[in-house]
Amino acid sequence: MATLTELTPKLAPMEPVPFVVRSIRDELSDTFTLELDPPDGVFEFLPGQFTMLYVFGIGEVPISVSGDPAQPSTLVQTIRGVGAVTYALRQVRPGDVVGVRGPFGTEWPLAEADGHDIVFVAGGIGLAPLRPAIYSVLANRQRYGKVVLLYGARSPSDMLFTQELLEWGGRYDVDVLITVDNADRQWRGAVGVVTKLVRRAPFDPHDTVAMVCGPEVMMRFSAQELEGRGVPQHRIHLSMERNMKCGIGLCGHCQFGGRFVCWQGPVFSYDELAPLLLVKEV
Amino acid sequence: MTTTLDQVLGAQAFFAGLDDEHLATLASVAEPVSVAIGRKVFHEGDVADACYLLLEGDVALEMDIPGRGPHVLQTLHAGDMLGWSWLVSPFRYAYDAQALTEVKAIRFDAVALRSAKDTDKVFGYELMQRFAEVLVRRMQAARLQLLDVYGNAH
Amino acid sequence: MPETLVLDRSGLASILSELRARDYLLVGPTIQQEAIGYGPIDSLDDLPQGWTNVQSPGASHLERRDDERLFGYVVGPHSWKKYLMPNEVVIWRGERTDTGFETVPPEPAPAYALFGVRPCEVAAIAVQDAVFMPTDRVYRERREAAFIVAVNCTQAGANCFCTSMGTGPAVGEDAVFDIAFTEVDRNGTLAYLVEAGSDDGAAVLQTVVGAEPASDADLAMLESVLQEAAASVTKTMDTDGIHDLMLANLRNGYWEDVGGRCLACTNCTMVCPTCFCNTVEDTMTLDGTTAERTRKWDSCFSIDFSYIHGGPLRMTPEARYRQWLTHKLATWFDQYGTSGCVGCGRCITWCPVGIDLTAEVAALRRVDARQGLSVPLPEVMA
Repeated sequence: MATLTELTPKLAPMEPVPFVVRSIRDELSDTFTLELDPPDGVFEFLPGQFTMLYVFGIGEVPISVSGDPAQPSTLVQTIRGVGAVTYALRQVRPGDVVGVRGPFGTEWPLAEADGHDIVFVAGGIGLAPLRPAIYSVLANRQRYGKVVLLYGARSPSDMLFTQELLEWGGRYDVDVLITVDNADRQWRGAVGVVTKLVRRAPFDPHDTVAMVCGPEVMMRFSAQELEGRGVPQHRIHLSMERNMKCGIGLCGHCQFGGRFVCWQGPVFSYDELAPLLLVKEV
Repeated sequence: MTTTLDQVLGAQAFFAGLDDEHLATLASVAEPVSVAIGRKVFHEGDVADACYLLLEGDVALEMDIPGRGPHVLQTLHAGDMLGWSWLVSPFRYAYDAQALTEVKAIRFDAVALRSAKDTDKVFGYELMQRFAEVLVRRMQAARLQLLDVYGNAH
Repeated sequence: MPETLVLDRSGLASILSELRARDYLLVGPTIQQEAIGYGPIDSLDDLPQGWTNVQSPGASHLERRDDERLFGYVVGPHSWKKYLMPNEVVIWRGERTDTGFETVPPEPAPAYALFGVRPCEVAAIAVQDAVFMPTDRVYRERREAAFIVAVNCTQAGANCFCTSMGTGPAVGEDAVFDIAFTEVDRNGTLAYLVEAGSDDGAAVLQTVVGAEPASDADLAMLESVLQEAAASVTKTMDTDGIHDLMLANLRNGYWEDVGGRCLACTNCTMVCPTCFCNTVEDTMTLDGTTAERTRKWDSCFSIDFSYIHGGPLRMTPEARYRQWLTHKLATWFDQYGTSGCVGCGRCITWCPVGIDLTAEVAALRRVDARQGLSVPLPEVMA
């Protein structure tokens, strides 16, 4: 295991850096996307990483980056309003300033996926942390075998990034399968849980890297389905959610077993997680 | 007067109509067990090495949702069959089963039961028929539950 | 091998004077609220001279000694993390500006001289160093400024188990300190056998008046005093294979037992010299112009500790106790290559219900799932 010192060679950032809000856009009734201008004009990050977003005097929350890594001039973050800080973030207007620390954490294994099929499995807002990886894969489409996106949402009106889903689904070199848990008859698509898509998705399980993001229960069952189809555990990657507070491995809140989710994750391979995922309240 | 396991099994509605030979087969892979209140009968993810016919007491099938805690999906009671993960690969329990009261049950060894149903196809048919009925009824119930019919009309 | 010097009480006092002359803030053991804590000291007169603390699981009280020793007691509820990793420290301030806000660093941290640091505490500081030094400038600033005067133990408390953890009763070969000493009875007079552990420590010792080199007889006495101290440690913890013991038993029904006794009061984590978990609080002045972030100690026993949107992940006391104990004794090795427990016994003494982790580890061993002894799943009826 890499030590913290190896991963963070310089003193880790403790002060938020002011970023100017360029735009704020509603995605869903409770979910919105912020576009932020980095003070240096550039914010480099790896797909899968997150930042700590700070509202002056109110507090700080971990939010994954949802933008395109090839467009580092803008920091894009998609946020669901669930608490005091995210509600405060919802109130910002273009020209306002929010604080940013990061990026923190591990990335989706795009290098490992080179030359293989890729399956993205996203549930609900879990599509947001995967989007940078999807952008990156599509920008380098020739490097990979089949590319499959499986997306499950609560209902048709809870689907995130619908415009892009249409666009990706329209490509000949990407398979996009979508399902919702609940729907009325206006919906012509599939109804059922996202784990069911794993069985009929077109990929070679013995030559696939899977990247899964969503609620922990959904990831647990998706990983089991992937494994059931023959994808080895170490080729399945999950993005864990824990209480990240400091982002730099020294507040202790985000520990999952012996792992600090903030810097040893959030992206882990399933073989590291599988035994612990079955222990309650870890 | 002592009651043999065959007789106990024969008296259960789940096994109604099974002939003596098949009841004897069942009894040969069965043992009575008890589970203390608050204990787990089995854990999600563990090898599904058994199923249980509940004789007394209540069991909750639970799934843990991190951040929300254990969610009770269903409760099972005397006469109910607990556990069907032993029937299909990868033979792992899908939920936690928690004893809500003191529980008395008959435990059937899954490996022996699978082998018995594969060897004796008639026994296997009779057994699967009974499990199929349970599965269908529980799925129907689960779907009804999913509809949230007591919820507010939209 | 550093030279050992013999000092009398005035020699020891002159170490304090020199440290003050070097602008250190002196802190050491004092009697506070009927216990021995750490606080500011001016001179040796402020130490708990002639007192001792008598401890058992969940209990501690002070008693008079029949001698005038300055260090005739063991650790109390405080640890030195109150100076190196304070319970409340502002880590930055933010000022609103025309274009947004800017952050300003807090006031520089004071340089403390920690006087009377026990060997298990020297070990505990090293444990926290491994956590914070690589990344945390707030801790690093304090730690690099600090001067450590260690004191070896000549007696054990009933909750001490440093010998099981390899951290005492004397400072070890690899221990990091500036000066270490042992208080001994030398021909009916209290004397202090002192050695330097750093260049700074050696420089301070150079200034001490009346120091004489220890004789062979002094060194022999020192050795036997420390051996007796080691022999006086009665509590033990079997650490053999403890990492795997913990991690193989995460689902053991045993945790419900200890969870049923634990009050989740957080005392053990507050008194623990290695527990490092912390949280931050963001506040703002009423006019909205100035904000600050304050870091505070936190505890894995608090319900909010594991909160993610929705609720806490560790709702039950058993889950929180398991997190604490498995972190201390198992996953700490995975994270930092050392045990998170130094055997000081504070968590035993200050637990309101007297939970003793050494007894808990022994109990877990008895029901180790790997021996098929975990609390049983369905029991076969007779």
